[in-house]
Amino acid sequence: MPLLTVKNLTKSFGGLTAVSNVNMNIEKGELVGLIGPNGAGKTTVFNLLTGVYVPSSGTIELNTKGKPVVLNGLKPYKITKAGIARTFQNIRLFKDLTVLDNVRIAIHHEVKYGLVPAFFRLPSFGREEKEIYEKALKLLQIFRLDGKKDELAKNLPYGEQRRLEIARALAANPDLLLLDEPAAGMNPNETAELTELIEWIRKEFNVTILLIEHDMSLVMKICERIYVLDYGMVIANGVPEEIKKNKRVIEAYLGEEILNA
Amino acid sequence: MNNILKAKNLKALIGIILIYVIVQALIMVGIVDDYYQILLVMICLNIILSVSLNLITGFTGQFSLGHAGFMAIGAYVCGYITVTVKQEFSFLIGIFAGAIAAALVGILIGIPTLRLKGDYLAIATLGMAEIIRIIILNVEAVGGASGLSIPQYANWTWVYIFTVATIVLLKNFINSTHGRACISIREDEIASEAMGINTTRYKVIAFAIGAFFAGVAGALYSLYFYFIKPDQFGFMKSIDILVIVVLGGLGNIRGSIIASILLATISSYLQEYPELKMVIYALVLIVIMILKNKDMTKFKKFITEKILRRQTAV
Repeated sequence: MPLLTVKNLTKSFGGLTAVSNVNMNIEKGELVGLIGPNGAGKTTVFNLLTGVYVPSSGTIELNTKGKPVVLNGLKPYKITKAGIARTFQNIRLFKDLTVLDNVRIAIHHEVKYGLVPAFFRLPSFGREEKEIYEKALKLLQIFRLDGKKDELAKNLPYGEQRRLEIARALAANPDLLLLDEPAAGMNPNETAELTELIEWIRKEFNVTILLIEHDMSLVMKICERIYVLDYGMVIANGVPEEIKKNKRVIEAYLGEEILNA
Repeated sequence: MNNILKAKNLKALIGIILIYVIVQALIMVGIVDDYYQILLVMICLNIILSVSLNLITGFTGQFSLGHAGFMAIGAYVCGYITVTVKQEFSFLIGIFAGAIAAALVGILIGIPTLRLKGDYLAIATLGMAEIIRIIILNVEAVGGASGLSIPQYANWTWVYIFTVATIVLLKNFINSTHGRACISIREDEIASEAMGINTTRYKVIAFAIGAFFAGVAGALYSLYFYFIKPDQFGFMKSIDILVIVVLGGLGNIRGSIIASILLATISSYLQEYPELKMVIYALVLIVIMILKNKDMTKFKKFITEKILRRQTAV
């Protein structure tokens, strides 16, 4: 059974159909790409998967523990608890909070102590806070951000902010990680580093990844499979080699340069 | 990490006890007379009110213009219980009943209104506080427009204890995973939900906790000042509290405490000039806000060079 099953997913905003009859299957452990020209509906698909939008029709099913869970209509926080975490295209860090706090907040949904232990500093508070701190610190060390753990997120350079976004999403302990244009604004060196980082994350965290990206060097290098979206519809689906040669895909992008990665 | 906490806590505990001992001593010697005791109580109530409103507006980012409404519920529930149940420590029951009643109303109102944001939420909370005030106005059992008389059961010691408890409890809440959840809502609600936080639940929690402590303040007010009536808890009271919070800094507890002391003192001093009181108060607020935000380096340079006649390094 696939980890994620998307059937005939459609989303209309009034007269505009942003996403139309999208079908996708993602198996556990895969690294799948979602590409397409600007405005094709890629981020809308992410928003549908994470509950920010409610589908107009179609179904989204997540299968993490053998029993599929229908995600349609669930509020975003419930979907995160079910096992999907995401990063945002234009970085939504908690800007006036520290790097450490940004990560600790993503751990919150798994914390067990309640309000009373918090108010009265009962032992369960001390114990779990220590665990939270250590979990967060370990994650920051992996992403080489631990040296700046007390810096405000808004003071980090752009590349580190993007890394923190990914670290934060991983702190939410997802089975499926959605990365929305993680390489945006990066130069070729940074993109190469990011490519390695993503591959490494996938192995180290045993997480399935769905990736929106415009940078074809990254997409073609690490994605095992690619879905291509245009005007809200899937126009192609296959391994990178096939996608590179697909006529409809080339037309959609209006220029062979883009695919010659 | 635990050892560091213990040392900090010890210092805080000593500070808290020291303040109390010093003030008590001053009272016994007679330096702190009735006038100053009233001022102390006003400061403490301001602290409770501003710190609790800060949780809702400063930390969770929910614009609330109805804090006086919660205070009113605390005052009236406590007042009614204290006056009807003539038992030895009924006033303590009154305080907790008032606070819990305020919290319940906070939850009741929070659930439908928390879909609203910014100005719309402010208007809804303002309306809620007015509704509470008008309902109380029409309840004959608590005196209606003529008000309710309550014997003075609270003294400065009780008020101080509740104030310290409020500060400690709210600080504990904020520095916990639940507090962080609330703060993340202020920072970016969409990202907060995406990270697994039930934002609606935490907005309601923030309102309930803020309302609880406003209820405590209202109850203490009713137990100290002999007499309560509905128009003491109107829109202007909500604004007064909000002014303290903004002056001290949204999301800044120490700021709320300092601002509470400052504004209660200024307000109390201005009682001697009833005609000009509001004008001077407003002017003082404006000056403080300007000075607070201005870059003080130019001003400091001016003072050092011109007044103190010292050359500063170029």
